[in-house]
Amino acid sequence: MRTSRTGRAGQYLALLAYLLFLAFPFLWLISTAFKPPRELGSLHPTWIPEDPTLANFRQAFDEQPLLQAAANSLIAALGAALIAVLLATPMAYVMARHRTRLARAATGWVVVSQAFPLVLVIIPLFLVLKNLRLINSMPGLIMVYVVWALPFALWMLVGYVRAVPPELEEAAAVDGAGRLRTLVSVTAPLLAPGIVATALFAFVTAWNEFFFALVLLKTPEKQTLPVVLTHFIGAEGVADLGPLAAAAFLATLPSLVVFAVIQRRITGGMLTGAVKS
Amino acid sequence: MRTRVLLPLVVLALLLTGCGGDDDGGPDGRVTLRFQSLAWQEESVEVNQELVKEWNASHPDVKVEYVQGSWDSVHDQLLTSFEGGEAPDIIHDASDDLADFAYGGYLADLTDLLPERLRSDIPQRSWDTATFGGGIYGVPFLQEPRVLIANAKWLKDAGVRIPTPERPWSWAEFREITDELSGDSKYGVAWPLKEPVSATLNLSLSAGGQLFHRDTDGKVTVRFEAADAVMPRTVHDQANTDRSASPTTLGSGGSDTLPGFFGGRYAMVPLGFSYRQQIVQQAPKGFDWQVLPAPAGADGLTQGVSPQTLSIAEDSSHKREAAEFIDFLLRPKNMVRLALGDWMLPTGTEALKDPALHTAENDWATGTSLAGHLRSAPAQSVRGYPEWKDKVATPAFQEYYSGAIGLAELRRRLEDDGNLVLARYQR
Repeated sequence: MRTSRTGRAGQYLALLAYLLFLAFPFLWLISTAFKPPRELGSLHPTWIPEDPTLANFRQAFDEQPLLQAAANSLIAALGAALIAVLLATPMAYVMARHRTRLARAATGWVVVSQAFPLVLVIIPLFLVLKNLRLINSMPGLIMVYVVWALPFALWMLVGYVRAVPPELEEAAAVDGAGRLRTLVSVTAPLLAPGIVATALFAFVTAWNEFFFALVLLKTPEKQTLPVVLTHFIGAEGVADLGPLAAAAFLATLPSLVVFAVIQRRITGGMLTGAVKS
Repeated sequence: MRTRVLLPLVVLALLLTGCGGDDDGGPDGRVTLRFQSLAWQEESVEVNQELVKEWNASHPDVKVEYVQGSWDSVHDQLLTSFEGGEAPDIIHDASDDLADFAYGGYLADLTDLLPERLRSDIPQRSWDTATFGGGIYGVPFLQEPRVLIANAKWLKDAGVRIPTPERPWSWAEFREITDELSGDSKYGVAWPLKEPVSATLNLSLSAGGQLFHRDTDGKVTVRFEAADAVMPRTVHDQANTDRSASPTTLGSGGSDTLPGFFGGRYAMVPLGFSYRQQIVQQAPKGFDWQVLPAPAGADGLTQGVSPQTLSIAEDSSHKREAAEFIDFLLRPKNMVRLALGDWMLPTGTEALKDPALHTAENDWATGTSLAGHLRSAPAQSVRGYPEWKDKVATPAFQEYYSGAIGLAELRRRLEDDGNLVLARYQR
């Protein structure tokens, strides 16, 4: 069905408004990061800083170990994403392809696990990690992030595996491909966008996570970015707004870059399915 | 503190499982202490780190590690640290956050650990803020009065009497003057009352308000009497009757009022003394501001404060050394450096004499002259106070200030609903 020109203009307008709505906090963050203190206290704030400055960035780096914290966040997020995907992919394949009673029960359990509040999870986790001497350690934190991300990652991947027609695997088998060859040469390439999307989800979840990192990491050199960002907030919620915005802007960049690089692959990969043209 | 309500559950579970702590002794006979500081402003962080460096240079056998904490999450972080046996040896916090930790046995009683020099340097009224059940669980070292930050030119042009610590405004006079300053979409005052309970209780001490009354068997009850109503009624009438207080800032934090203050919308904003730093940084060039004492009542300029404190973890294996470090950190000269870094007042009587705190620059002298009027914030040692504050008092005061309920209903809620809450903690 063809959309009229006015209808299409309306659609684009609505899309633009939605984009602006989504982008507003981020644009304001960027604007704040480059404003000197006097402009932050202005009754009529401007979008574009009148007297842009990098002083907030300098102060943020001088006051807090942002690079160290970013490195810690990166290790935790990459570790969590990698392990979560490595664990979730074979599990998802089995759950999608073998619809046994056990697989259905496992799927149900995955859904139920999403309903657990954080505070219920942290108690056993804290105790387990303490007994394993993994408090205040990066492997401990990564383990927690994997556990935290795994159910949803699994849920996502099951959907992606189901979208790959089993007939393709059967066709490969008919052509003489073994189980492993089928998985590597037929299923894996089709599943790649799903795996990337899942890894991205696990990465961003771990990158932004605050509470576990706050509770489990004790020494400053191990703290992650979200925890370090709170150091710009003082008593009674008074914030050092300029440096906080500068640091928060830098903390957002890796997620944006990862999204920007991978996004085209995700959509591209999804479109290149085994659909007859 | 977003998880504050949930964290007690964590602690309860950890207690039930008998989760103990490890010894944090230093290697090779050399003692290592961890000092968690909540300093967050550039100057303040710098001073704290310098002092740690100076200590380490002069005490090779007792090394202090500086650990950066955050005001935003300190309560939750300390709770889990205590239970996990990972708490820092020396803990920076505020006196109104110590009650749970002190009663829970997480903090060391400092009564016999602190040297006489420090004990006698800090006045008893300050020690009272960190004394729980007869023990001292923190050394109060920095505090700030709530003051009126005023647009000096506006007040001068209006020709109103400028109050001084010797001759402050009464609450009635304050109301009259804000009325006189208002009009044409401008307000005499902008009350930032996002957290209305502590501001109200602390300022009500000036009128003799106590609100919490302890009977002979130690039980505490809430009684909202005439003196307790003086400050709240002034704010209510300014916002709802005279229209001399901005109704929009009643739900705002202190920083949120500054753009309107700089933009000439409000003549005065009641803020903590340390807000001067933000004002110096953010005020437009040539903006003329000054610090005025908060209004006085039957008890003069008295107001409640919850000073910043230094405590020692009960689990620390090196309490004596930790106390020596605290004593070093709070020597008069060092206390002055800490105070200047945080734009606050020191509690120590020697430090308060320092000329740097008596200058006219940024009105340090006005604030320093108020130090003698600061008392322990009401209710900070009352068990059940946090729940009373969150569930009863905060919504009640917010509704009263916005004009949604009257004084009788405010009294009913604070007393009837409030005493039900407190009773649960005092069985």
